[in-house]
Amino acid sequence: MDSLLAVVWMNLRSIPSRLGSSLVIVVGVAGVVGVLTALLSLAVGFSATMKGAGSDDRVLVLQNSSTTELTSGLSQEELDVISSAPGVARDSDGRPLVSAEVLVVADVPKQASDSTANLSVRGVGESGPILRDSFEIVEGRMFASGRAEMIAGRSVSGQFQNLAVGDVLKARNSDWEVVGIFSTGGDAFESEVWVDAPVAQSAFRRGNSYQSVRVQLEDAAAFDGYKQALDDDDRLRVDVFRESTYYQEQSSANTGLFTAFGVVVGAIMAFGAIFGALNTMYTAVSTRTVEIATLRALGFGSGAVIMSVMVEALVLALLGGVIGAAIAYVLFDGFTVSTLNNSTFSQVAFAFAVTPKLLAIGLILALGLGFIGGFLPALRAASLPVTDALRER
Amino acid sequence: MKFFGLILAGVFRYPVRALLTLGSLFAAFFLFGVLQAVNTAFTAGVGIDGADRMITTGRYSIIDLMPVSHQARIAAVEGVSGVTHSTWFGGVYQDKSNFFAKFPVDPEGYFELYDEAIISEEAKTAFRNQRSGVLVTRDLAEKFDWTVGQRIPIIGDIWRTPDNEPWLFDLVGTFEWPRGSTNGPLMLINYNYFDEVRGDGARGLVGWFISRMDDPQVAEDTAASIDQVFLNSDNETKTATERDFQLSFARQLGNIGVIVSAILGAVFFTIVLLTANTMGQSVRERTSEFAVLKTLGFTNGGVLGLVLTESVLIALLGGGAGLLVAIALAPFVGQALAGVLPGFALTTESVLLGLGLTVLLGLGVGLLPSLRAMRLSIVDALGGR
Repeated sequence: MDSLLAVVWMNLRSIPSRLGSSLVIVVGVAGVVGVLTALLSLAVGFSATMKGAGSDDRVLVLQNSSTTELTSGLSQEELDVISSAPGVARDSDGRPLVSAEVLVVADVPKQASDSTANLSVRGVGESGPILRDSFEIVEGRMFASGRAEMIAGRSVSGQFQNLAVGDVLKARNSDWEVVGIFSTGGDAFESEVWVDAPVAQSAFRRGNSYQSVRVQLEDAAAFDGYKQALDDDDRLRVDVFRESTYYQEQSSANTGLFTAFGVVVGAIMAFGAIFGALNTMYTAVSTRTVEIATLRALGFGSGAVIMSVMVEALVLALLGGVIGAAIAYVLFDGFTVSTLNNSTFSQVAFAFAVTPKLLAIGLILALGLGFIGGFLPALRAASLPVTDALRER
Repeated sequence: MKFFGLILAGVFRYPVRALLTLGSLFAAFFLFGVLQAVNTAFTAGVGIDGADRMITTGRYSIIDLMPVSHQARIAAVEGVSGVTHSTWFGGVYQDKSNFFAKFPVDPEGYFELYDEAIISEEAKTAFRNQRSGVLVTRDLAEKFDWTVGQRIPIIGDIWRTPDNEPWLFDLVGTFEWPRGSTNGPLMLINYNYFDEVRGDGARGLVGWFISRMDDPQVAEDTAASIDQVFLNSDNETKTATERDFQLSFARQLGNIGVIVSAILGAVFFTIVLLTANTMGQSVRERTSEFAVLKTLGFTNGGVLGLVLTESVLIALLGGGAGLLVAIALAPFVGQALAGVLPGFALTTESVLLGLGLTVLLGLGVGLLPSLRAMRLSIVDALGGR
């Protein structure tokens, strides 16, 4: 056992003399791990942002067979029925905790570019903020009801022009003054701007109809009963979703795309990196042919030789993995980007999330690459005929 | 050419190493192909279509509708020689995962503006004559196994039938977009039928207008003239060339595109750098062989040429194979991504750029070692010094 360790150690100490080719493994694996981690963190961040918007004890009510809020429409009469069904939580004054909301899409110039992009404009009532966990105004103030004022979500205000406090945003028939910036704890609502629902209805010619109704339930278990009550009511034709389920579904398409992209690119890279690692280790073995043969002539078994080559490959790969994961973390964690969310047809801003789980995946991948890259060369090192090898120069 | 055998022998001097190097190059240039195709999608640079078409939408939002009467007023604008309209239908066929675009269009005017569409006269006539008729692109018909005459139910969301039952459309024909078009899978619905069924509240409202300009050189002026007509009305407009319209849509995917391109670019150069290192090493290790060649009478230039040709050949073999596979797979990937990333395509320019890069790579990698080989002092090299 001691002799085995001695061989491994001797091998590791000789790495600096083969620095050039050893770097091939380190850099190659760092590249694979860094890229895979970065691309997957895109998917994780997006999914977290979307799911954060939903809660188990809240319900989203949409017109039947509307797949998204944008294509739904509900009347004032329907809103009354939805609010009075059993299971709805009430505030201290006995009023149902329900938020009827208007959602439209506005075309707004993006920050640092000439082009415009779609921005979700949500009209909410008094209870809108109450039905979001951790809603707070982080700058300025709330909009005043009945006035053309808006508050902008924290993560979107940096992505578009004219969304800082004091700015004025032109939309049809009215100029909206931005009076505040709000936060909802980093979820998808921060990608929206909020205005007073009645003002939105008149500005966007929505009569007195709404797109969606959010309902606070007494508790998460009240969902089935509430859904049943609405389904059975002849005055309504609506679909009832648990909010958490709804947002999870809404995020699945984009998340799936990002993940697939990360895996495909990662796989191509890993393919390239394995060749790089194999190449390096073969070179390492061939430059040390005489050395290895000498060891074996001295009586070291092939196990020790295999082990020494494998350990070298694994150490180099792990080093690469750590570097790659660290680069991905430093460069990307928390970095906010925005993209088109297919389900709302508008921009959603979210941050890359390099989680411990992703880092672990990256390191495991690095070890896997090191193992594959080291195995064949190690076998070759162990099977070289001693006499031939000693004669090589 | 007479030294080709010698060069080939050099390439495969260490067969394992040669194969591994070829493998890395293959991966790198395959990735390069994918990168280029993604880039193309984000810059929408391939659209062969619509150079003389303009799109007019609501000024403040893409979801705003405009009265169909705008059409006549746009047609009256100087420099415009044809107008039609279209609308986003939404709707779901069976399951929402079966997403494809559905546009109610004017059956008379649509194919005059989109005259690149490949469609039979019978199909056009049938579409005009049957109110509930729809046309679909051939890829959609194949995907869902639809045949002409079949009834296709679509569950409405934005637009609903009065009794809130599914829309029932009859497939009257198929059409195709020419190769290289950025138009994707599409169902065309007869606007007259759509407008009649959808109810009074929205009657006569459409999503956007498509117009043809006489002179694409003055596109900006023509667009401004159109928007001028509706300025300060209830329905102000925003007009852009079809190309700019598509581009702005691609830009909405945002800096994701930039980031993905940056990552892929970094990857490509990492792999290339690593491979270059290995290739350089293999030349360095053969110093004594070059000394032998020079002893045999090869000139300095001859050795330089041999080594350079060898490294260019390796780069071309590996990189070329990667590009070939990317070319072969691009259409399928493009089809799979049509819904999310339209315009994913590998252009000839990209392939030529890739080939150019392989040659450059070969030259770059081979240059230092081959200069060394050229300047080699025979005695030192043979002596292993």
